[in-house]
Amino acid sequence: MIKVTELTKKYARNVAVDHISFEVQKGEIIGFLGPNGAGKTTTMRMLTCFLPPSAGSATVAGFDVLEQPLEVKKRIGYLPETPPLYPEMDTTEYLTFVGKLKGLSGSELRGRIDYVCERCAITDVRHKLLGRLSKGYRQRVGLAQAIIHNPDVLILDEPTAGLDPKQINETRDLIKGLAGDHTIILSTHILPEVEQTCQKVMIINRGKLVATDSVQNLQSRARGAELVLVEVAGRNGNLDSATVQRRLEQIAGVSRVIFKETHQNRNMFEVESQKGFLRGDLARAVVEAGWDLNELRPTAMSLEEIFLQLTGEEVTDKAAAKGGQ
Amino acid sequence: MRNVWIIFRKELRSYFVSPIAYLLLTMFAVIFGFFFWNSLGYFVFMGMESQMRGQAFPMNLNEQLIRPLLSNASVIGLFFIPMITMRLFAEEKRTGTIELLTTSPIRDVEVIIGKWLAAVSLYAGMLLFTALNFAFLFKYGNPDWKPLAIGYLGLLLQAGGLLAIGTFISTLTRNQIIAGAATFGVCLLLWVLEWVSGYETATWARVLSYLSVINHFESFAKGVIDSKDAIFYVTVIFLGLFFTSRSMESLRWRS
Ligand SMILES: Nc1ncnc2c1ncn2[C@@H]1O[C@H](COP(=O)(O)OP(=O)(O)OP(=O)(O)O)[C@@H](O)[C@H]1O
Ligand SMILES: [Mg+2]
Repeated sequence: MIKVTELTKKYARNVAVDHISFEVQKGEIIGFLGPNGAGKTTTMRMLTCFLPPSAGSATVAGFDVLEQPLEVKKRIGYLPETPPLYPEMDTTEYLTFVGKLKGLSGSELRGRIDYVCERCAITDVRHKLLGRLSKGYRQRVGLAQAIIHNPDVLILDEPTAGLDPKQINETRDLIKGLAGDHTIILSTHILPEVEQTCQKVMIINRGKLVATDSVQNLQSRARGAELVLVEVAGRNGNLDSATVQRRLEQIAGVSRVIFKETHQNRNMFEVESQKGFLRGDLARAVVEAGWDLNELRPTAMSLEEIFLQLTGEEVTDKAAAKGGQ
Repeated sequence: MRNVWIIFRKELRSYFVSPIAYLLLTMFAVIFGFFFWNSLGYFVFMGMESQMRGQAFPMNLNEQLIRPLLSNASVIGLFFIPMITMRLFAEEKRTGTIELLTTSPIRDVEVIIGKWLAAVSLYAGMLLFTALNFAFLFKYGNPDWKPLAIGYLGLLLQAGGLLAIGTFISTLTRNQIIAGAATFGVCLLLWVLEWVSGYETATWARVLSYLSVINHFESFAKGVIDSKDAIFYVTVIFLGLFFTSRSMESLRWRS
Protein backbone atom coordinates (compact mmCIF):
# COMPACT_ATOMS: atom_id res chain seq x y z
CA MET A 1 0.00 0.00 0.00
CA ILE A 2 2.84 2.34 0.88
CA LYS A 3 6.26 1.97 -0.60
CA VAL A 4 9.12 4.24 0.33
CA THR A 5 12.52 4.01 -1.30
CA GLU A 6 15.59 5.94 -0.26
CA LEU A 7 13.43 8.84 0.85
CA THR A 8 15.52 11.85 1.86
CA LYS A 9 14.71 15.34 3.06
CA LYS A 10 17.38 17.97 3.41
CA TYR A 11 16.77 21.31 5.01
CA ALA A 12 19.14 24.20 4.51
CA ARG A 13 21.64 22.96 7.07
CA ASN A 14 20.63 19.50 8.23
CA VAL A 15 19.35 16.25 6.84
CA ALA A 16 16.04 15.56 8.55
CA VAL A 17 15.31 12.25 6.84
CA ASP A 18 18.18 10.20 5.52
CA HIS A 19 17.60 7.51 2.88
CA ILE A 20 14.68 5.76 4.49
CA SER A 21 13.15 2.70 2.81
CA PHE A 22 10.19 0.67 3.99
CA GLU A 23 6.98 -0.91 2.84
CA VAL A 24 3.59 -1.11 4.47
CA GLN A 25 1.08 -3.76 3.43
CA LYS A 26 -2.63 -3.14 3.19
CA GLY A 27 -4.37 -3.35 6.56
CA GLU A 28 -1.24 -3.04 8.65
CA ILE A 29 -0.77 -0.68 11.56
CA ILE A 30 2.76 0.63 11.73
CA GLY A 31 4.19 2.54 14.65
CA PHE A 32 6.72 5.18 13.90
CA LEU A 33 8.91 5.60 16.92
CA GLY A 34 11.73 7.97 17.63
CA PRO A 35 13.01 10.66 19.97
CA ASN A 36 12.27 14.34 19.38
CA GLY A 37 13.64 15.66 16.13
CA ALA A 38 14.14 12.19 14.69
CA GLY A 39 12.31 13.02 11.48
CA LYS A 40 8.93 11.38 12.03
CA THR A 41 6.87 14.43 11.16
CA THR A 42 9.05 15.19 8.17
CA THR A 43 8.59 11.68 6.79
CA MET A 44 4.84 11.88 7.26
CA ARG A 45 4.70 15.24 5.58
CA MET A 46 6.43 13.80 2.56
CA LEU A 47 3.98 10.90 2.41
CA THR A 48 1.04 13.31 2.52
CA CYS A 49 2.49 15.49 -0.26
CA PHE A 50 2.90 18.45 2.08
CA LEU A 51 6.65 18.45 1.60
CA PRO A 52 8.39 17.26 -1.54
CA PRO A 53 11.26 14.82 -0.96
CA SER A 54 14.78 16.03 -1.70
CA ALA A 55 15.62 12.60 -3.09
CA GLY A 56 14.11 9.16 -3.31
CA SER A 57 10.50 8.31 -3.92
CA ALA A 58 7.34 7.33 -2.12
CA THR A 59 4.20 5.77 -3.53
CA VAL A 60 0.83 5.47 -1.85
CA ALA A 61 -1.65 2.98 -3.32
CA GLY A 62 0.53 2.86 -6.41
CA PHE A 63 0.61 6.63 -6.96
CA ASP A 64 3.81 8.60 -6.68
CA VAL A 65 3.68 11.55 -4.26
CA LEU A 66 5.43 13.82 -6.75
CA GLU A 67 3.85 12.62 -9.99
CA GLN A 68 0.22 12.24 -8.96
CA PRO A 69 -0.25 14.10 -5.70
CA LEU A 70 -3.99 14.56 -6.24
CA GLU A 71 -4.58 10.80 -6.40
CA VAL A 72 -2.45 10.29 -3.31
CA LYS A 73 -4.27 13.01 -1.38
CA LYS A 74 -7.65 11.47 -2.21
CA ARG A 75 -6.62 8.25 -0.49
CA ILE A 76 -4.98 9.69 2.59
CA GLY A 77 -6.42 10.88 5.86
CA TYR A 78 -3.90 12.96 7.75
CA LEU A 79 -3.78 14.20 11.30
CA PRO A 80 -0.88 16.68 11.53
CA GLU A 81 1.07 17.26 14.72
CA THR A 82 -1.13 20.27 15.55
CA PRO A 83 -4.73 19.58 14.56
CA PRO A 84 -5.56 21.94 11.67
CA LEU A 85 -8.63 23.61 13.13
CA TYR A 86 -10.30 26.91 12.28
CA PRO A 87 -11.11 28.51 15.63
CA GLU A 88 -14.08 30.47 14.26
CA MET A 89 -15.94 27.35 13.08
CA ASP A 90 -17.98 24.97 15.18
CA THR A 91 -17.36 21.24 15.01
CA THR A 92 -20.13 20.34 12.58
CA GLU A 93 -19.32 23.21 10.30
CA TYR A 94 -15.66 22.29 10.28
CA LEU A 95 -16.30 18.65 9.51
CA THR A 96 -18.67 19.69 6.73
CA PHE A 97 -15.98 21.91 5.26
CA VAL A 98 -13.32 19.19 5.43
CA GLY A 99 -15.74 16.58 4.07
CA LYS A 100 -16.50 18.77 1.09
CA LEU A 101 -12.80 19.37 0.51
CA LYS A 102 -12.34 15.62 0.39
CA GLY A 103 -15.13 15.31 -2.16
CA LEU A 104 -18.10 14.25 -0.05
CA SER A 105 -21.53 15.86 -0.29
CA GLY A 106 -25.20 15.55 0.56
CA SER A 107 -26.55 12.77 2.73
CA GLU A 108 -23.34 10.78 2.45
CA LEU A 109 -21.47 13.65 4.07
CA ARG A 110 -24.06 14.03 6.82
CA GLY A 111 -23.92 10.32 7.50
CA ARG A 112 -20.13 10.36 7.75
CA ILE A 113 -20.21 13.35 10.10
CA ASP A 114 -22.60 11.53 12.44
CA TYR A 115 -20.41 8.46 12.26
CA VAL A 116 -17.08 10.14 12.99
CA CYS A 117 -18.59 12.27 15.75
CA GLU A 118 -19.68 9.11 17.48
CA ARG A 119 -16.46 7.22 16.83
CA CYS A 120 -14.31 10.05 18.14
CA ALA A 121 -16.65 10.89 21.03
CA ILE A 122 -17.22 14.49 20.03
CA THR A 123 -21.00 14.42 19.73
CA ASP A 124 -21.31 16.59 22.82
CA VAL A 125 -19.22 19.39 21.30
CA ARG A 126 -20.83 19.37 17.87
CA HIS A 127 -22.03 22.94 18.20
CA LYS A 128 -19.12 24.36 20.09
CA LEU A 129 -16.61 26.72 18.53
CA LEU A 130 -13.34 24.94 17.84
CA GLY A 131 -11.42 27.84 19.35
CA ARG A 132 -13.05 27.09 22.69
CA LEU A 133 -12.30 23.37 22.79
CA SER A 134 -9.84 21.85 25.22
CA LYS A 135 -6.64 20.29 23.92
CA GLY A 136 -7.98 16.76 24.09
CA TYR A 137 -11.14 17.64 22.22
CA ARG A 138 -9.16 19.47 19.56
CA GLN A 139 -7.15 16.32 19.09
CA ARG A 140 -10.32 14.27 18.76
CA VAL A 141 -11.81 16.64 16.20
CA GLY A 142 -8.50 16.41 14.36
CA LEU A 143 -8.81 12.65 14.30
CA ALA A 144 -12.43 12.88 13.15
CA GLN A 145 -11.32 15.13 10.31
CA ALA A 146 -8.71 12.60 9.24
CA ILE A 147 -11.16 9.72 8.91
CA ILE A 148 -14.14 11.66 7.54
CA HIS A 149 -13.77 10.42 3.96
CA ASN A 150 -12.99 6.85 4.98
CA PRO A 151 -9.51 6.92 3.43
CA ASP A 152 -7.49 3.85 2.53
CA VAL A 153 -4.44 5.18 4.29
CA LEU A 154 -4.36 6.97 7.62
CA ILE A 155 -1.34 8.96 8.67
CA LEU A 156 -1.54 10.08 12.26
CA ASP A 157 1.13 12.23 13.83
CA GLU A 158 0.98 11.60 17.57
CA PRO A 159 -2.74 10.85 17.65
CA THR A 160 -2.98 10.44 21.42
CA ALA A 161 -1.04 13.56 22.42
CA GLY A 162 -2.99 15.52 25.01
CA LEU A 163 -5.72 12.97 25.61
CA ASP A 164 -6.80 11.70 29.01
CA PRO A 165 -6.08 8.03 29.88
CA LYS A 166 -9.61 6.88 29.16
CA GLN A 167 -9.63 8.62 25.82
CA ILE A 168 -6.17 7.27 25.00
CA ASN A 169 -7.53 3.75 25.39
CA GLU A 170 -10.59 4.58 23.33
CA THR A 171 -8.47 6.12 20.62
CA ARG A 172 -6.21 3.09 20.53
CA ASP A 173 -9.25 0.87 20.22
CA LEU A 174 -10.58 3.12 17.49
CA ILE A 175 -7.31 2.89 15.61
CA LYS A 176 -7.22 -0.87 16.02
CA GLY A 177 -10.81 -1.05 14.83
CA LEU A 178 -9.95 0.91 11.72
CA ALA A 179 -7.16 -1.49 10.79
CA GLY A 180 -8.02 -4.14 8.29
CA ASP A 181 -9.77 -1.85 5.85
CA HIS A 182 -7.30 0.92 6.44
CA THR A 183 -3.56 1.03 6.39
CA ILE A 184 -2.31 3.11 9.28
CA ILE A 185 0.95 4.80 10.09
CA LEU A 186 1.12 6.50 13.44
CA SER A 187 3.96 8.22 15.19
CA THR A 188 4.47 8.37 18.91
CA HIS A 189 6.98 8.70 21.68
CA ILE A 190 4.96 6.46 23.95
CA LEU A 191 6.31 2.95 23.80
CA PRO A 192 3.43 1.03 25.37
CA GLU A 193 1.25 2.57 22.73
CA VAL A 194 3.21 0.83 20.02
CA GLU A 195 3.15 -2.44 21.94
CA GLN A 196 -0.60 -2.21 22.28
CA THR A 197 -1.72 -0.93 18.93
CA CYS A 198 0.82 -1.73 16.28
CA GLN A 199 1.87 -4.86 14.54
CA LYS A 200 5.06 -3.44 13.25
CA VAL A 201 7.46 -0.84 14.56
CA MET A 202 9.85 1.39 12.75
CA ILE A 203 12.41 3.04 14.93
CA ILE A 204 13.93 6.17 13.53
CA ASN A 205 16.77 8.19 14.97
CA ARG A 206 18.44 11.26 13.53
CA GLY A 207 16.72 10.69 10.22
CA LYS A 208 17.89 7.12 9.88
CA LEU A 209 15.78 4.01 10.17
CA VAL A 210 17.45 1.89 12.84
CA ALA A 211 14.99 -0.99 12.96
CA THR A 212 11.87 -2.25 11.25
CA ASP A 213 10.29 -5.33 12.70
CA SER A 214 7.25 -6.79 14.36
CA VAL A 215 6.84 -5.98 18.03
CA GLN A 216 7.49 -9.59 19.13
CA ASN A 217 10.58 -9.95 16.98
CA LEU A 218 12.01 -6.77 18.32
CA GLN A 219 11.50 -7.90 21.86
CA SER A 220 13.21 -11.23 21.35
CA ARG A 221 15.89 -9.60 19.28
CA ALA A 222 16.99 -7.65 22.26
CA ARG A 223 20.26 -8.77 23.72
CA GLY A 224 19.17 -10.98 26.60
CA ALA A 225 16.69 -13.75 26.08
CA GLU A 226 15.73 -13.52 29.72
CA LEU A 227 16.14 -10.95 32.38
CA VAL A 228 15.66 -11.88 36.00
CA LEU A 229 15.47 -9.67 39.02
CA VAL A 230 17.05 -11.23 42.11
CA GLU A 231 16.96 -9.94 45.64
CA VAL A 232 19.43 -11.47 48.06
CA ALA A 233 19.74 -10.82 51.77
CA GLY A 234 22.26 -12.03 54.33
CA ARG A 235 21.10 -14.27 57.17
CA ASN A 236 22.91 -12.28 59.83
CA GLY A 237 24.82 -9.10 59.50
CA ASN A 238 25.87 -7.37 56.39
CA LEU A 239 26.36 -8.96 53.08
CA ASP A 240 28.95 -7.71 50.67
CA SER A 241 27.22 -7.10 47.39
CA ALA A 242 30.42 -7.65 45.41
CA THR A 243 30.66 -11.18 46.83
CA VAL A 244 27.12 -11.96 45.76
CA GLN A 245 27.72 -10.50 42.33
CA ARG A 246 30.83 -12.65 41.87
CA ARG A 247 28.95 -15.76 42.95
CA LEU A 248 26.06 -15.02 40.53
CA GLU A 249 28.41 -14.44 37.66
CA GLN A 250 29.88 -17.88 38.11
CA ILE A 251 26.59 -19.59 37.32
CA ALA A 252 26.72 -21.21 33.90
CA GLY A 253 24.61 -19.41 31.31
CA VAL A 254 24.65 -16.02 32.99
CA SER A 255 25.93 -13.37 30.62
CA ARG A 256 25.68 -10.29 32.73
CA VAL A 257 24.92 -9.32 36.31
CA ILE A 258 24.01 -5.79 37.08
CA PHE A 259 23.97 -4.54 40.63
CA LYS A 260 20.85 -2.42 41.05
CA GLU A 261 20.70 -1.21 44.62
CA THR A 262 21.12 -2.15 48.22
CA HIS A 263 18.65 -1.60 51.05
CA GLN A 264 19.92 -2.28 54.54
CA ASN A 265 21.28 -5.73 53.82
CA ARG A 266 19.07 -6.64 50.89
CA ASN A 267 20.80 -6.51 47.52
CA MET A 268 19.03 -6.27 44.18
CA PHE A 269 20.58 -7.64 41.00
CA GLU A 270 19.49 -7.85 37.43
CA VAL A 271 20.70 -11.08 35.87
CA GLU A 272 20.74 -11.48 32.13
CA SER A 273 21.08 -14.85 30.45
CA GLN A 274 21.40 -16.10 26.91
CA LYS A 275 19.55 -19.35 27.50
CA GLY A 276 16.26 -19.33 29.28
CA PHE A 277 15.34 -21.19 32.46
CA LEU A 278 18.25 -20.62 34.79
CA ARG A 279 16.00 -19.51 37.59
CA GLY A 280 16.44 -22.87 39.30
CA ASP A 281 20.24 -22.62 39.14
CA LEU A 282 20.07 -19.12 40.48
CA ALA A 283 17.91 -20.07 43.44
CA ARG A 284 20.12 -23.04 44.33
CA ALA A 285 23.32 -20.98 44.13
CA VAL A 286 21.96 -18.34 46.49
CA VAL A 287 20.60 -20.79 49.01
CA GLU A 288 23.73 -22.98 48.95
CA ALA A 289 25.83 -19.92 49.74
CA GLY A 290 23.74 -19.52 52.89
CA TRP A 291 21.91 -16.39 51.84
CA ASP A 292 18.21 -15.62 51.71
CA LEU A 293 16.49 -15.41 48.38
CA ASN A 294 13.85 -12.73 48.93
CA GLU A 295 12.70 -12.29 45.38
CA LEU A 296 13.19 -13.90 42.01
CA ARG A 297 11.19 -12.30 39.26
CA PRO A 298 11.56 -12.60 35.47
CA THR A 299 11.19 -9.30 33.63
CA ALA A 300 10.72 -9.16 29.90
CA MET A 301 12.98 -6.76 28.11
CA SER A 302 10.62 -3.87 27.49
CA LEU A 303 10.35 -2.10 24.22
CA GLU A 304 11.68 0.89 26.02
CA GLU A 305 15.01 -0.77 26.62
CA ILE A 306 15.18 -2.00 23.07
CA PHE A 307 14.41 1.48 21.94
CA LEU A 308 17.13 2.99 24.06
CA GLN A 309 19.53 0.33 22.91
CA LEU A 310 18.79 0.99 19.27
CA THR A 311 18.83 4.75 19.42
CA GLY A 312 22.29 4.69 20.93
CA GLU A 313 23.37 7.60 23.00
CA GLU A 314 20.71 7.39 25.67
CA VAL A 315 21.99 3.94 26.62
CA THR A 316 25.34 5.33 27.57
CA ASP A 317 23.64 8.10 29.51
CA LYS A 318 21.65 5.54 31.41
CA ALA A 319 24.73 3.43 32.09
CA ALA A 320 26.60 6.47 33.30
CA ALA A 321 23.76 7.34 35.63
CA LYS A 322 23.81 3.80 36.96
CA GLY A 323 27.52 3.83 37.54
CA GLY A 324 27.17 6.97 39.56
CA GLN A 325 24.70 5.46 41.99
CA MET B 1 -14.89 24.83 -9.83
CA ARG B 2 -16.64 23.13 -6.92
CA ASN B 3 -13.47 23.42 -4.85
CA VAL B 4 -13.15 27.13 -5.60
CA TRP B 5 -16.68 27.56 -4.34
CA ILE B 6 -15.96 25.63 -1.13
CA ILE B 7 -12.92 27.78 -0.35
CA PHE B 8 -14.75 30.96 -1.37
CA ARG B 9 -17.65 30.24 0.98
CA LYS B 10 -15.38 29.37 3.88
CA GLU B 11 -13.31 32.50 3.37
CA LEU B 12 -16.25 34.85 3.02
CA ARG B 13 -17.85 33.34 6.08
CA SER B 14 -14.76 33.87 8.18
CA TYR B 15 -14.75 37.54 7.14
CA PHE B 16 -18.24 37.90 8.52
CA VAL B 17 -17.79 35.75 11.61
CA SER B 18 -14.94 37.88 12.83
CA PRO B 19 -16.09 41.49 13.00
CA ILE B 20 -13.51 42.53 10.39
CA ALA B 21 -16.04 42.58 7.53
CA TYR B 22 -18.49 44.79 9.43
CA LEU B 23 -15.70 47.06 10.55
CA LEU B 24 -14.41 47.52 7.00
CA LEU B 25 -17.88 48.01 5.55
CA THR B 26 -18.74 50.64 8.13
CA MET B 27 -15.47 52.51 7.93
CA PHE B 28 -15.52 52.60 4.18
CA ALA B 29 -19.13 53.75 4.13
CA VAL B 30 -18.46 56.49 6.68
CA ILE B 31 -15.33 57.80 5.01
CA PHE B 32 -16.78 57.70 1.54
CA GLY B 33 -20.02 59.20 2.83
CA PHE B 34 -18.04 62.08 4.26
CA PHE B 35 -16.35 62.71 0.90
CA PHE B 36 -19.66 62.43 -0.87
CA TRP B 37 -21.62 64.91 1.22
CA ASN B 38 -18.68 67.23 1.35
CA SER B 39 -18.38 67.30 -2.43
CA LEU B 40 -22.11 67.56 -2.83
CA GLY B 41 -22.21 70.55 -0.52
CA TYR B 42 -19.45 72.21 -2.46
CA PHE B 43 -21.18 71.39 -5.73
CA VAL B 44 -24.43 72.94 -4.58
CA PHE B 45 -22.57 75.96 -3.22
CA MET B 46 -20.84 76.47 -6.57
CA GLY B 47 -24.19 76.19 -8.34
CA MET B 48 -25.77 78.90 -6.20
CA GLU B 49 -22.73 81.09 -6.56
CA SER B 50 -22.88 80.97 -10.32
CA GLN B 51 -26.59 81.74 -10.30
CA MET B 52 -26.10 84.78 -8.12
CA ARG B 53 -23.46 86.13 -10.44
CA GLY B 54 -25.88 85.54 -13.27
CA GLN B 55 -23.39 83.70 -15.40
CA ALA B 56 -24.27 80.38 -16.95
CA PHE B 57 -21.81 78.22 -15.10
CA PRO B 58 -21.87 74.79 -16.76
CA MET B 59 -23.08 72.42 -14.12
CA ASN B 60 -22.58 68.74 -14.82
CA LEU B 61 -23.11 66.10 -12.15
CA ASN B 62 -21.00 63.51 -13.91
CA GLU B 63 -18.11 65.79 -14.68
CA GLN B 64 -17.95 67.78 -11.50
CA LEU B 65 -19.23 65.49 -8.82
CA ILE B 66 -19.14 61.83 -9.76
CA ARG B 67 -15.78 61.79 -11.48
CA PRO B 68 -13.74 63.26 -8.63
CA LEU B 69 -15.66 61.14 -6.16
CA LEU B 70 -14.76 57.97 -8.01
CA SER B 71 -11.11 59.00 -7.96
CA ASN B 72 -11.42 59.55 -4.23
CA ALA B 73 -12.95 56.12 -3.81
CA SER B 74 -10.05 54.53 -5.62
CA VAL B 75 -7.58 56.17 -3.24
CA ILE B 76 -9.60 55.33 -0.12
CA GLY B 77 -9.64 51.75 -1.35
CA LEU B 78 -5.84 51.61 -1.18
CA PHE B 79 -6.03 51.92 2.58
CA PHE B 80 -8.54 49.13 2.97
CA ILE B 81 -6.99 46.52 0.73
CA PRO B 82 -4.25 45.43 3.17
CA MET B 83 -6.86 44.81 5.85
CA ILE B 84 -8.78 42.54 3.51
CA THR B 85 -5.89 40.39 2.35
CA MET B 86 -3.50 40.27 5.27
CA ARG B 87 -4.97 37.23 6.94
CA LEU B 88 -5.70 35.15 3.84
CA PHE B 89 -2.60 32.94 3.96
CA ALA B 90 -0.65 34.29 6.92
CA GLU B 91 -3.28 33.04 9.34
CA GLU B 92 -3.45 29.58 7.77
CA LYS B 93 0.29 29.33 8.03
CA ARG B 94 0.33 30.42 11.63
CA THR B 95 -2.34 28.02 12.85
CA GLY B 96 -1.17 25.14 10.65
CA THR B 97 -4.46 24.82 8.77
CA ILE B 98 -2.48 25.29 5.58
CA GLU B 99 -1.44 21.68 6.15
CA LEU B 100 -5.08 20.64 5.80
CA LEU B 101 -5.55 22.60 2.58
CA THR B 102 -2.37 21.38 0.94
CA THR B 103 -2.96 17.73 1.83
CA SER B 104 -6.55 17.73 0.60
CA PRO B 105 -7.35 16.70 -2.97
CA ILE B 106 -7.61 20.27 -4.18
CA ARG B 107 -5.31 22.26 -6.42
CA ASP B 108 -3.34 25.26 -5.22
CA VAL B 109 -4.97 27.47 -7.87
CA GLU B 110 -8.39 26.55 -6.57
CA VAL B 111 -7.40 27.64 -3.07
CA ILE B 112 -5.87 30.86 -4.36
CA ILE B 113 -8.76 31.83 -6.63
CA GLY B 114 -11.30 30.98 -3.95
CA LYS B 115 -9.56 33.21 -1.45
CA TRP B 116 -9.00 36.03 -3.90
CA LEU B 117 -12.62 35.96 -5.04
CA ALA B 118 -13.76 36.19 -1.43
CA ALA B 119 -11.55 39.25 -0.96
CA VAL B 120 -12.90 40.83 -4.16
CA SER B 121 -16.46 40.12 -3.04
CA LEU B 122 -15.91 41.83 0.27
CA TYR B 123 -14.53 44.85 -1.56
CA ALA B 124 -17.50 44.76 -3.94
CA GLY B 125 -19.73 44.79 -0.88
CA MET B 126 -17.96 47.90 0.34
CA LEU B 127 -18.48 49.56 -3.03
CA LEU B 128 -22.16 48.65 -2.90
CA PHE B 129 -22.53 50.81 0.18
CA THR B 130 -21.06 53.78 -1.65
CA ALA B 131 -23.50 53.19 -4.49
CA LEU B 132 -26.30 54.05 -2.06
CA ASN B 133 -24.99 57.60 -1.99
CA PHE B 134 -25.14 57.80 -5.75
CA ALA B 135 -28.68 56.45 -5.70
CA PHE B 136 -29.54 59.67 -3.92
CA LEU B 137 -28.24 61.64 -6.91
CA PHE B 138 -30.49 59.70 -9.24
CA LYS B 139 -33.46 60.57 -7.12
CA TYR B 140 -32.89 64.33 -7.15
CA GLY B 141 -30.74 64.86 -10.21
CA ASN B 142 -30.29 63.46 -13.59
CA PRO B 143 -26.81 62.02 -13.94
CA ASP B 144 -25.73 59.68 -16.70
CA TRP B 145 -25.56 56.17 -15.32
CA LYS B 146 -23.15 54.71 -17.88
CA PRO B 147 -19.97 56.53 -16.83
CA LEU B 148 -20.84 55.69 -13.25
CA ALA B 149 -21.08 51.98 -14.02
CA ILE B 150 -17.79 52.11 -15.90
CA GLY B 151 -16.23 53.92 -12.99
CA TYR B 152 -17.33 51.12 -10.68
CA LEU B 153 -15.95 48.55 -13.06
CA GLY B 154 -12.63 50.39 -12.92
CA LEU B 155 -12.70 50.44 -9.11
CA LEU B 156 -13.31 46.73 -9.05
CA LEU B 157 -10.53 45.99 -11.55
CA GLN B 158 -8.07 48.15 -9.68
CA ALA B 159 -8.95 46.55 -6.38
CA GLY B 160 -8.72 43.11 -8.00
CA GLY B 161 -5.12 43.82 -8.94
CA LEU B 162 -4.15 45.19 -5.55
CA LEU B 163 -5.95 42.36 -3.77
CA ALA B 164 -3.99 39.86 -5.86
CA ILE B 165 -0.78 41.57 -4.77
CA GLY B 166 -1.97 41.51 -1.16
CA THR B 167 -2.80 37.82 -1.44
CA PHE B 168 0.70 37.18 -2.69
CA ILE B 169 2.29 39.11 0.15
CA SER B 170 0.17 37.18 2.63
CA THR B 171 1.79 33.92 1.52
CA LEU B 172 5.23 35.24 2.41
CA THR B 173 4.79 35.43 6.16
CA ARG B 174 2.93 33.81 9.01
CA ASN B 175 2.41 37.17 10.67
CA GLN B 176 -0.74 39.05 9.65
CA ILE B 177 0.58 42.39 10.79
CA ILE B 178 3.68 42.08 8.64
CA ALA B 179 1.58 41.01 5.67
CA GLY B 180 -0.76 43.97 6.20
CA ALA B 181 2.01 46.53 6.65
CA ALA B 182 3.92 45.31 3.59
CA THR B 183 0.79 45.34 1.46
CA PHE B 184 -0.01 48.83 2.64
CA GLY B 185 3.50 49.97 1.72
CA VAL B 186 3.24 48.49 -1.74
CA CYS B 187 -0.23 49.98 -2.32
CA LEU B 188 0.97 53.39 -1.24
CA LEU B 189 4.03 53.16 -3.44
CA LEU B 190 1.96 52.15 -6.45
CA TRP B 191 -0.15 55.23 -5.85
CA VAL B 192 2.59 57.84 -5.42
CA LEU B 193 4.74 56.54 -8.28
CA GLU B 194 2.58 58.64 -10.50
CA TRP B 195 3.92 61.84 -8.95
CA VAL B 196 7.28 61.59 -10.71
CA SER B 197 5.57 62.38 -13.97
CA GLY B 198 4.88 65.84 -12.52
CA TYR B 199 8.45 67.03 -13.01
CA GLU B 200 10.21 64.45 -15.11
CA THR B 201 9.53 63.14 -18.59
CA ALA B 202 12.45 60.77 -19.10
CA THR B 203 11.74 57.15 -19.92
CA TRP B 204 12.29 55.91 -16.38
CA ALA B 205 9.77 58.38 -15.08
CA ARG B 206 7.26 57.34 -17.67
CA VAL B 207 7.79 53.67 -16.79
CA LEU B 208 7.29 54.45 -13.11
CA SER B 209 4.18 56.45 -13.71
CA TYR B 210 2.89 53.70 -15.98
CA LEU B 211 3.20 51.33 -13.02
CA SER B 212 1.07 53.59 -10.86
CA VAL B 213 -2.29 51.91 -10.48
CA ILE B 214 -4.04 55.24 -9.95
CA ASN B 215 -2.99 56.48 -13.37
CA HIS B 216 -4.91 53.77 -15.11
CA PHE B 217 -8.05 54.62 -13.24
CA GLU B 218 -8.44 58.06 -14.83
CA SER B 219 -10.01 56.72 -18.02
CA PHE B 220 -12.55 54.69 -16.04
CA ALA B 221 -13.41 57.70 -13.91
CA LYS B 222 -14.12 59.62 -17.10
CA GLY B 223 -16.49 56.86 -18.11
CA VAL B 224 -14.44 55.39 -20.92
CA ILE B 225 -13.14 51.88 -21.07
CA ASP B 226 -9.63 52.23 -22.38
CA SER B 227 -8.47 48.76 -23.33
CA LYS B 228 -4.87 49.66 -22.44
CA ASP B 229 -5.87 50.41 -18.86
CA ALA B 230 -8.16 47.40 -18.60
CA ILE B 231 -5.35 45.18 -19.84
CA PHE B 232 -3.02 46.72 -17.27
CA TYR B 233 -5.34 45.79 -14.40
CA VAL B 234 -6.01 42.31 -15.72
CA THR B 235 -2.26 41.79 -16.05
CA VAL B 236 -1.71 42.89 -12.46
CA ILE B 237 -4.40 40.46 -11.29
CA PHE B 238 -2.91 37.67 -13.31
CA LEU B 239 0.66 38.33 -12.16
CA GLY B 240 -0.38 38.68 -8.53
CA LEU B 241 -2.19 35.35 -8.55
CA PHE B 242 0.60 33.72 -10.52
CA PHE B 243 3.20 34.78 -7.98
CA THR B 244 0.89 33.59 -5.22
CA SER B 245 0.85 30.13 -6.72
CA ARG B 246 4.62 30.11 -7.14
CA SER B 247 5.01 31.21 -3.56
CA MET B 248 2.62 28.55 -2.32
CA GLU B 249 4.69 25.96 -4.11
CA SER B 250 8.00 27.22 -2.77
CA LEU B 251 6.49 27.53 0.67
CA ARG B 252 6.53 23.75 0.70
CA TRP B 253 10.09 23.57 -0.47
CA ARG B 254 11.17 25.88 2.28
CA SER B 255 9.13 24.99 5.32
N1 LIG C 1 11.12 23.85 8.45
C1 LIG C 1 12.26 23.31 8.88
N2 LIG C 1 13.45 23.91 8.59
C2 LIG C 1 14.60 23.38 9.00
N3 LIG C 1 14.71 22.27 9.73
C3 LIG C 1 13.58 21.62 10.07
C4 LIG C 1 12.31 22.11 9.67
N4 LIG C 1 11.35 21.27 10.14
C5 LIG C 1 12.02 20.30 10.81
N5 LIG C 1 13.35 20.51 10.77
C6 LIG C 1 14.38 19.66 11.38
O1 LIG C 1 14.23 18.34 10.91
C7 LIG C 1 14.47 17.41 11.95
C8 LIG C 1 13.32 16.44 12.07
O2 LIG C 1 12.19 17.12 12.52
P1 LIG C 1 10.77 16.41 12.71
O3 LIG C 1 9.78 17.48 12.99
O4 LIG C 1 10.50 15.53 11.55
O5 LIG C 1 11.01 15.53 14.02
P2 LIG C 1 9.98 14.60 14.78
O6 LIG C 1 10.53 13.22 14.73
O7 LIG C 1 8.61 14.78 14.28
O8 LIG C 1 10.13 15.15 16.25
P3 LIG C 1 9.00 15.29 17.41
O9 LIG C 1 8.99 13.98 18.10
O10 LIG C 1 9.56 16.35 18.29
O11 LIG C 1 7.72 15.66 16.78
C9 LIG C 1 14.74 18.22 13.20
O12 LIG C 1 16.13 18.25 13.41
C10 LIG C 1 14.21 19.59 12.88
O13 LIG C 1 14.99 20.56 13.52
MG1 LIG D 1 6.86 15.38 15.09
